[in-house]
Amino acid sequence: MKTSRAIKVFLYLYGVWALAVLYLPLVSVSFASVSKARYLTFPIRRYSTEWYGKALESATVADLIRTSLLVAGLVTVISVTVGFFGALAYARYEWRYRRLYQKLILLPIFFPQTVLGLALLMWFNSVGIIPTWKTAVVAHIVWIAPIATLIIAIRAYSFDPALEEAARDMGASTWVTLKEVTLPLLMPGVISAGLFSFLLSWGNFPLSLFTTGADSTLPEWLYAKMVSGYSPLVPTLGVMSVGASFLVLILAIVVPWLVRSARENRPRHPET
Amino acid sequence: MESANRKLGMLSAIPMVVVLTLSFVAPLVVVAVFSVMPQKTFSLLNMPDFSAYAQIVQEGYWKSLAWSLGMAFAATAILLVLCWPLAYAMAKVFRRFTLIITILVVMSLFVSENIRLFGWVLTLMKGGLIEGHLRSWTGVGFDGLLYNVPIIVMGLVYVYFPFMLFPLAQGISMVPDDARQAAADLGASRWQIFREIDLPLAAPGIVVGSLLSFVLAAGALAESKLLGGQAVIVIADEIETAFTYGQDWPLGSALSMVLILIIGGLAIFGISRVDLDEIMGKKRR
Repeated sequence: MKTSRAIKVFLYLYGVWALAVLYLPLVSVSFASVSKARYLTFPIRRYSTEWYGKALESATVADLIRTSLLVAGLVTVISVTVGFFGALAYARYEWRYRRLYQKLILLPIFFPQTVLGLALLMWFNSVGIIPTWKTAVVAHIVWIAPIATLIIAIRAYSFDPALEEAARDMGASTWVTLKEVTLPLLMPGVISAGLFSFLLSWGNFPLSLFTTGADSTLPEWLYAKMVSGYSPLVPTLGVMSVGASFLVLILAIVVPWLVRSARENRPRHPET
Repeated sequence: MESANRKLGMLSAIPMVVVLTLSFVAPLVVVAVFSVMPQKTFSLLNMPDFSAYAQIVQEGYWKSLAWSLGMAFAATAILLVLCWPLAYAMAKVFRRFTLIITILVVMSLFVSENIRLFGWVLTLMKGGLIEGHLRSWTGVGFDGLLYNVPIIVMGLVYVYFPFMLFPLAQGISMVPDDARQAAADLGASRWQIFREIDLPLAAPGIVVGSLLSFVLAAGALAESKLLGGQAVIVIADEIETAFTYGQDWPLGSALSMVLILIIGGLAIFGISRVDLDEIMGKKRR
């Protein structure tokens, strides 16, 4: 059953249209970020980059970025570690409660994040923890660790358990097998899970909204400004935040590629 | 080997189970307990009296719940129709373009949803990207397109688009080409193939996509706040108000519980119907 040419052309156009709509709001934000006027109206008459300069000088902005980076960094390390073992339990080993466990992991993803944030706020309050950016790390992990698990699990499904068994038959301990066979095989999954964790945490605001206490992350600050009124810094910081994520993403794609091509050009030294 | 696997499986699940118990299950228990406490208390050590639930019925909070569920349902239905052709093309027609779409859609997910929604505000408002340019070219303007119910639904459709698209594409890629070919050879019409082959065989993807979109949309807050203004108050907004301005934790908890029970019930029902190993691409042995 071949798809006819007309339908194919229609589907390609449809795909391009969908992508255009997906990115249209970012186009508006980018234009707004270089408008000189304090009160924005389109079409933009005068362009200027002064708001970028103001954003870079501001101490508040530096503080917001530091908090967001700290949260995203910690969330990434913890989520990937928990997710690595979580994925083995999810996809690799047959054990008694696996099916139940698989479903438990999905529940936080199928959950409204704002409500989850509020529930965590009450929980912290009732055990006597005062919310700071550290509690926001916990909140992000509840949602991001399951996602990291699923990403690594996709990789874990596709690898051959015989490789692990061979290592074990040749006398490798469970720990050595894990370090020398399982981890390298799952590495691509681990890296993408790390990337997802970092970027999802960096951009998340519904979970941070109630769990950061007196601290504030960048998306949270932006939301507060958007709801309470317009500030010319909002589009500027929005564009800077998006730019930072895309930069990380591009680096994550380019660096491994450079490492790989460098490694191929160099004679291999024996493994120790 | 078997018993070693069993033990390792249990062991490697421990960190995740600890994380979820301490920071997912325990908070939900606290919410459940708070929801039966007397009004305006901040301690769990009171006599339960369930008055917050009575308040929900008497003070019309169910209207917000109905709005949230109704808009989530509309958004899910629209998403199914909008995503199906694209998901089908990604699974069966496109080659390189599937990868490009996947990368670009995933990249959009990394942009904070409030920035993307704010972009829509700038695009659609009076003097925004669309109206401003239209007026300067033709001299005819119109009022902004914001602050009504359809625009909130559009915002939901926009934000949860990837959550429908990817499961759907995964589901459709599970439909074997042979089955469609066989049906076509036996004289089935396009509509019949769609109804009798595609729909049932792609069902796991349809279930996961619809469930994700519906559940997340039902608890969404930013769409109605940023795009909707005060057009309607959604349930997540009522919950936030009860906790913050209202300082009424039992009411907020009771509202949360109602929402959690509805979407949790749906999620558990849906997830239990799907073979997770299959949809995530486990090799058949």
